[in-house]
Amino acid sequence: MSARDVLRKIIGIELDENSPFGYPARQHALDISHNVILYLDEITVSFDGFKALNKLNLMIDAGELRCIIGPNGAGKTTMMDVITGKTRSDSGTAFFGQSIDLSRLTEAEIAQAGIGRKFQKPTLFEHHSVFENLELAMTTDKRARVTLTACLRDEDRDRIADTLRLIRLDGETDRPAGLLSHGQKQWLEIGMLLMQDPRLLLLDEPVAGMTDDETMRTAELFVSLAGKHSLVVVEHDMAFVKALGGKVTVLHEGSVLAEGDLDAVQNDQRVIEVYLGR
Amino acid sequence: MFKTLLALLIFACATVAQATPDAALVRQLADEDSDVKIAAIQTLARTSDPDALRILKAMSEDGLALAGEQVVIVDGDKVFDAATGAPVPAPENAEAVTVNNRIRRELASALAALKLFDSDPAARLESAQRLQSKVDAGMAPLIARALEKESDAEIKALLTLAHAQANLANNDPAARLAAVRALSGSSSPAVKNLLLPLSGQTGGKAGQTGDPDSRVRYAAISAVKAIDARLSRAETIGRIFSGLSLGSILLLGALGLAITYGVMGIINMAHGELLMIGAYSAYAAQSLFRNYFPNAIDWYLPAAVPLAFFSAALIGVLMERTVIRWLYGRALETLLATWGLSLMLIQAARVLFGAQNVEVANPGWMSGSIEPIANLPLPLNRIVIIGFALCVLLLMWVLMNRTRLGMFVRAVTQNRAMAACVGVPTARVDTLAFALGAGIAGLGGLALSQISNVGPDMGQGYIVDAFMVVVLGGVGQLAGAVWAALGLGVVTKLIEGWSGAVIAKIVVLVFVIIFIQKRPQGLFALKGRSVD
Amino acid sequence: MRKAFVFRFLEALDARQQLALAAFLAVTLLLVPILHLALPPGNVFHVSTYAITLLGKIMCYAIVAVAMDLIWGYGGILSLGHGIFFALGGYAFGMYLMRQIGRDGSYHSDLPDFMVFLDWKELPWYWTGSDNFLWAALLVIAVPALVAFIFGYFAFRSRIKGVYFSIITQALTYAAMLLFFRNETGFGGNNGFTDFKRVLGYTITSPETRLVLFGITASVLAATFVFARWLVASKFGRVLTAIRDAESRVMFIGYDPLWFKLFIWTLSAMLCGIAGALYVPQVGIINPSEMSVANSIEIAVWVAVGGRGTLIGPIVGAFAVNLAKSWFTVSFPEYWLFFLGLLFIVVTLLLPQGLVGLWRMLRQAKA
Repeated sequence: MSARDVLRKIIGIELDENSPFGYPARQHALDISHNVILYLDEITVSFDGFKALNKLNLMIDAGELRCIIGPNGAGKTTMMDVITGKTRSDSGTAFFGQSIDLSRLTEAEIAQAGIGRKFQKPTLFEHHSVFENLELAMTTDKRARVTLTACLRDEDRDRIADTLRLIRLDGETDRPAGLLSHGQKQWLEIGMLLMQDPRLLLLDEPVAGMTDDETMRTAELFVSLAGKHSLVVVEHDMAFVKALGGKVTVLHEGSVLAEGDLDAVQNDQRVIEVYLGR
Repeated sequence: MFKTLLALLIFACATVAQATPDAALVRQLADEDSDVKIAAIQTLARTSDPDALRILKAMSEDGLALAGEQVVIVDGDKVFDAATGAPVPAPENAEAVTVNNRIRRELASALAALKLFDSDPAARLESAQRLQSKVDAGMAPLIARALEKESDAEIKALLTLAHAQANLANNDPAARLAAVRALSGSSSPAVKNLLLPLSGQTGGKAGQTGDPDSRVRYAAISAVKAIDARLSRAETIGRIFSGLSLGSILLLGALGLAITYGVMGIINMAHGELLMIGAYSAYAAQSLFRNYFPNAIDWYLPAAVPLAFFSAALIGVLMERTVIRWLYGRALETLLATWGLSLMLIQAARVLFGAQNVEVANPGWMSGSIEPIANLPLPLNRIVIIGFALCVLLLMWVLMNRTRLGMFVRAVTQNRAMAACVGVPTARVDTLAFALGAGIAGLGGLALSQISNVGPDMGQGYIVDAFMVVVLGGVGQLAGAVWAALGLGVVTKLIEGWSGAVIAKIVVLVFVIIFIQKRPQGLFALKGRSVD
Repeated sequence: MRKAFVFRFLEALDARQQLALAAFLAVTLLLVPILHLALPPGNVFHVSTYAITLLGKIMCYAIVAVAMDLIWGYGGILSLGHGIFFALGGYAFGMYLMRQIGRDGSYHSDLPDFMVFLDWKELPWYWTGSDNFLWAALLVIAVPALVAFIFGYFAFRSRIKGVYFSIITQALTYAAMLLFFRNETGFGGNNGFTDFKRVLGYTITSPETRLVLFGITASVLAATFVFARWLVASKFGRVLTAIRDAESRVMFIGYDPLWFKLFIWTLSAMLCGIAGALYVPQVGIINPSEMSVANSIEIAVWVAVGGRGTLIGPIVGAFAVNLAKSWFTVSFPEYWLFFLGLLFIVVTLLLPQGLVGLWRMLRQAKA
């Protein structure tokens, strides 16, 4: 057993083989050779006996736009937690592309590998300006020592300006994010996600609190993102889901109940039972 | 029946008459030479008759005098002949018999030995107990005689041991062997020290080859081993006991915190000062009883229980209403503000009671100790405190799980907004729960006053420990706090056994820090979506 | 290039702050020495030795306060154990000063008096080389940094935060204090290190040495302030405050909070170590009570009184609280703790932004 293994065993430190300072900077290339960007295989998560996820199987194709629906407590948020590393699964495997085992990475590493997430409740840096929020999210070398001397290049400023226009916050650049309206916050968070330029976007109820008009604009944006990015959207708003037009997965009690396009799912007897029955 | 009594009486008279001490022997007590005196004392003591007791007692009280060739006992104005006990006229030229320290020691043990024949069982027991630590070979026949007459089982057991000890130096190997075997059941370090020379295992001391008889030697070796095992067992049990005792103190300190921090999420740095208030309540009750009910002084402690609880609870209410109320949800600010409160309380105690520690005495029924097995004294005050901690724990459990207040507190903990919606008066519940936590801290302080110093700074020493318990046990978990407190207490005392108190404290703190690395949520972790 | 580097730091200050900095340096490096040396003690404008020692001491505290503000005000991590880093720096430099005494101690031995007293025959291994100024200076920075790094690595890796972290730092300090109180650990037990005679060969109590120490402390304080200002204005500073406000969000956009926290935590500890090292020769003693729980919490109140997350606030706070303390302990020793306790409460309840916040509010009200 090498010293590294011993260290790992005893104190659980994961040292990166390539980094002399032990900085776990894993920069794996995303392998989507089988055209699948996310595999969830038999994922089970239980909280004190309650199974939030029960042998969940899910596969997202590269460039796909997938909607996840399901009643409360179906395990939608827990699923996102597992993918982003916030919650560890009790059993089962989660792979990003062919080669990246998500269960071995920290949240930050998963984010760097190319998975972006938008929370149900908008979480922003409320004391930072809109501009700074976007700047912090921007893809770049995010190691601590690099940020000490980091300065913005012109193309970075241009990118931020583009995003600001896209999310229609170009008039609020220097306002603290905490002072924005709820809808603006939702947009800013989507903007931050765009700045991250992730391969896979996880969006938890992105249009909650938006007007119908804004909802449709969001749908347009997401549809335009699909192809280059893969998106997984959790949403209750059926009009929005319809507007997105992708494949729909229904979760129930921690596993997949039905999958297919919206019409097929909506006519599925079991789905109707779950939503309306009892 | 009557006949038997009569027979006994005659028998008793006969023994007395028969055993009147030899005048020549008594004369030796007044000899010039101390060695002669001592020999006489020993011989007299072995006769085990009441006259001997009388004479030796008089001698130890400096009442023995030599008038010519007659040894007399001077008791105030009256003078008796020492040997016969018959009153004699006061002699002109009586010269007091000098008793030096060496002789005095000899006398004491001789008197003790003679008490073995006292008619009062308590005196016999005391004497037998004293023999355990001091017995010499010459006493063997005396003890044997006492043993024959003895009917009390407890005294008999003690005498058997003493007899064996006295027999260790017997010339007869068989007697020695029997003695060693009898002693192997003992658990006294003194007995072990007696057996060590016989076993020949005195740690490489030159010239110690042990008993010449190999059977005796081997018996001694195994006896020493047996005693060692028993001693170390007693020691371990003693440590675990003091660990439990420390644990119960920690528990009392932590129970209040388990409510205020664990359940309500308030970091109360003034918690230690609430303990202090409880301890000073004990002091106040004690002073009150001393001045007004000196006869009932032993009962000041029960009277202090409500006093400690309510004074600490009152301060708690004041703290909650004036400061903490405004800081709910801002844990770090609460921490600083309550630290400020603690400074003020400490200074207030200094102003009121002085900066020095005050003296709080154990009531009579709490002092002393019991000894369930040999060499394992368990102080009564600590036992009472363990019991007290259990009572408080039970009380708290009932309060939290079986009363409306407890239900309200749990409801507010889980969902404040929802609780308010269904009509729980959240503000009042907060105040009451905080007062309860404070009151329990006061009770903890009351218990502390019985085993440690009571002073303005006393709370500071417990706050770190109490927080460690709550953190280790897991926030919001009563059961966790109990296990963590007892565990920390026992572990601390066990480590103290081989490394000393300060190192033990450091080791335990480091252990807690490492433990929290592995289980940040404590021993009894809450798991689920609600945990961030 | 060196010049450019310094300017880059200074750019973090606006014009008003640069002016204030220049004024501060002019007063501490020129005015105070002149008033102290040139004027006779009876003169109204004479700065007494007492005042210089007191101000020097408070400036050390101000460095600690800035260090605390970096970790608490900007990082959101309240340490109740900063006293340990201050004391470690102090002890590291204190041992150098002990060795400088040479054979002039009461026992005329090469060993420090307390070791002779304990009948030690030689220096323990960890004090090897402590007679070398450079090595001592290295220890002053490296030891607090190492302790902070190791502790911080494990604490932050386990995601211990908030009050949990505060309580554990408190326990750590408490354990360290117990350790340093022990005679056999080689830190002088109860009494610590004291009776210093010389530093770098100069008599430690001479007015010139005092003024040099005073000047160095002032310069270090100024440098600390400028550096901290630069740091919080950098992207690093923005990530740090982002971690303070929404740590999980920071993780999900790809920053590992561990290294940010660890860097600022270790840096903060190093600054405290330096402050401790400057404190010891001026005050003349270092003992384990510097690690007491109460001392470490007091640091937090300097920061809170001045206004956290402002950098200038903590300096103001350190001066305000400590000047009040020296006034109280002379005039009304009975009431100091009442005042300090009240200060804790008033600041947290009524002045969450501290004096700086109050000042800003008043200015806004005026405008």
